[in-house]
Amino acid sequence: MKGYTEKVIRVDLTNKIIKIEKLNMDYAKEYIGGRGLGTKYLYEEVDPQIDPLSPENKLIFMTGPVTGTNATCAGRFNVVAKAPLTGAIGAGNTGGYFGPELKFAGYDGIIFEGKASSPVYLNINDDLVQLKDASHLWGKDVFETTDILLSENDEDAKVACIGPAGENLVLFAAVMNDKDRAAGRSGLGAVMGSKNLKAVVVKGTKGLSVANPMLFNKAVTDAREKVKANAVTGTGGGLATYGTEILVNILNEMHAFPTNNWQTSRFEEAEKISGEYLTENYLVRNKACFACPIGCGRTIKIPDGKYKGIVAGPEYEAGWSYGACCGISDLNEINKANHVCNMLGLDPITMGATIACAMELYEKGYITKEDLDGEELRFGDALSIMKLTEKTGYRQGFGDKLALGSYRLAEMYGHPELSMTVKKQEMPAYDGRAIQGMGLSYATSNRGGCHVRGYVTSTEVLGIPMKTDPLSTEGKAALVKLFQDLTALVDSSDICLFTTFAIGLPEVSAMLRGTTGFEYTDEEMLRAGERIWNLEKLFNIEAGLTREDDMLPPRLLNEPVTSGPSKGKVTELITMLDEYYQVRGWDEYGVPTEDKLNELSLSSRGLAEAY
Amino acid sequence: MSKGLVVSPDKCTGCRTCELACSYSKSDTFNPKDSAISVLFYEDVGLRVPMTCMQCDEPHCVKVCVVNALSKDEKTGVVNYDKEKCIGCKMCVSACPFGNMTYSIRLKEVIKCDLCKGDPQCVKMCNYGAIQYKELDSTLDKRKNIAYQFKEAFGEGAK
Repeated sequence: MKGYTEKVIRVDLTNKIIKIEKLNMDYAKEYIGGRGLGTKYLYEEVDPQIDPLSPENKLIFMTGPVTGTNATCAGRFNVVAKAPLTGAIGAGNTGGYFGPELKFAGYDGIIFEGKASSPVYLNINDDLVQLKDASHLWGKDVFETTDILLSENDEDAKVACIGPAGENLVLFAAVMNDKDRAAGRSGLGAVMGSKNLKAVVVKGTKGLSVANPMLFNKAVTDAREKVKANAVTGTGGGLATYGTEILVNILNEMHAFPTNNWQTSRFEEAEKISGEYLTENYLVRNKACFACPIGCGRTIKIPDGKYKGIVAGPEYEAGWSYGACCGISDLNEINKANHVCNMLGLDPITMGATIACAMELYEKGYITKEDLDGEELRFGDALSIMKLTEKTGYRQGFGDKLALGSYRLAEMYGHPELSMTVKKQEMPAYDGRAIQGMGLSYATSNRGGCHVRGYVTSTEVLGIPMKTDPLSTEGKAALVKLFQDLTALVDSSDICLFTTFAIGLPEVSAMLRGTTGFEYTDEEMLRAGERIWNLEKLFNIEAGLTREDDMLPPRLLNEPVTSGPSKGKVTELITMLDEYYQVRGWDEYGVPTEDKLNELSLSSRGLAEAY
Repeated sequence: MSKGLVVSPDKCTGCRTCELACSYSKSDTFNPKDSAISVLFYEDVGLRVPMTCMQCDEPHCVKVCVVNALSKDEKTGVVNYDKEKCIGCKMCVSACPFGNMTYSIRLKEVIKCDLCKGDPQCVKMCNYGAIQYKELDSTLDKRKNIAYQFKEAFGEGAK
């Protein structure tokens, strides 16, 4: 079977037992790989009601069939677990070089279970797989940890690890790999920390081949040409020239750029945190993940201070969370705070948005200077963000409360309505009142507030593959469903979502067919995406989530946009949500019907109790 | 002497597609360890450097090869490798001053760039133009670029 190594490493951390087992190919056929395959293993092996930070949770690293090949942007893998921030399914898709290296070592994935009695790391060198003591690494940041592990093992190896934030169970700690790439959201790093698992080191020397080279070569050439020619992904295109931060001015101009914790939708000083400004003042050169022709990553310079040096620049959403969301226009301070997130292993979206929530709590008088360790905290206070990020990673002072994310923080002070979250996870950078489809996409995302589960911004704002009216709710339910299903497929084949600005289902399917030799039709591929989406939903329902959790914060539902083309608009969620459940084949409570489950060859295990 | 590879590290994004293109075209497998080109990373200064055989005019590897498995083709400029003649002594690996000769334990052969018979796949797949295949005297381009600045400064009508 090509596309899969057909081997999975199972690590029982409690008893320190490592087994190499055969990949379940029935799962692989129906759930493809990456996010889908990882979720299937989790769903079959873990009770969705467990405490995410208990030894009963499992942490799954899973590559996809094209990972390690030269399919467009095929350098990715997914980390899957029940997530501590949301209590829902957690799956983070990350680039860099770690995923392909794992595959070159001969494995599709790793399943970690239990909890080690003291800090350990997993060392993989082709067929040699060992658990090693990591007590000397505990407390070290992501960069130090990576450097030490490379010098102790092999300079050519790749490292995935957690920083102090994961060790300290910060609820939005990330699993980091290759220093500055992240399975960033929902607190997967805290799951890793709860298991006393500091890192995974991998070096592989085995090659990968594909099932049908003729078909594969044709499909890859076609996809690469399209990516190359596209205005967003192509040579000299938007992402290559300005990185994801190119979106700042676009979203700001349409008044869809949430500012000061979403109190307004346009940031006066947006220009100073834009992709254009970053390029002009801080860019050293572009940076790409494995097998990526786009190169949206930014290698930038920090010219001053204790983190002076060459680092990775912020993505659009991170630049927004620390920027407009906190009312901050000092890009240098944003760059530093983003770098601290990489060092400590934190999700910068939730971090910045949680600080923004604290700013509003303080300005409204709900928290005091004493709560803030004697300091003030106002919108626009650029010098606060790096400091508070450090405090959060190490859980010092007020950072101990920020470490819980904005929902628990705001709730603690009696104002949960000021947390801009869905399923307790912060929504990023696109105002769901000005872009109605994004509002629905946030509300229904299986991993909580998130832009990359159904990126309808692509059609509503950028006009890809066709332009839809961002202020209209018409047809958005079906559109969100389609984007969610296709994204689930893309995340499970483990190519980068950004390729889908240029290619669609036919191109992705062709690359998958060439790689695996499976005789899927395009429709069956999309059906696999829908199956994955529904399985995630089943996990969430069994975990206790209901229709109430498919809900936006009151601000988006009750407080209209104050300026611009969407002035007066709120997210018309209820209309869209009912329609969405219908097009999904779910009942009015958001539970998949028996018919839908049968159609997708899913079973309704546990649904009766969950009702 | 005709065309050769010209590497521009300042353009490299570190995607390593060149490594994949190389191993896939030579052995039908994606394996950076069996690639004749590798990208070296210096992230502390934000630089990635693709490295491969420079097809020397006075190749040390050819000189030390006792079975004539390596030879310089004067017409194309390529230093060719003949797997049939090779006895796997790895002297060439030691002799290359750049470390651009490697030996694959898996394939039991020397891994070295042969410019894909005039159609280098790494060049084809590099989206950023960090590896180019061109007439070697066209590196004069760099000189032209510098000269151009004089034009800007002192040319008729310049500020």
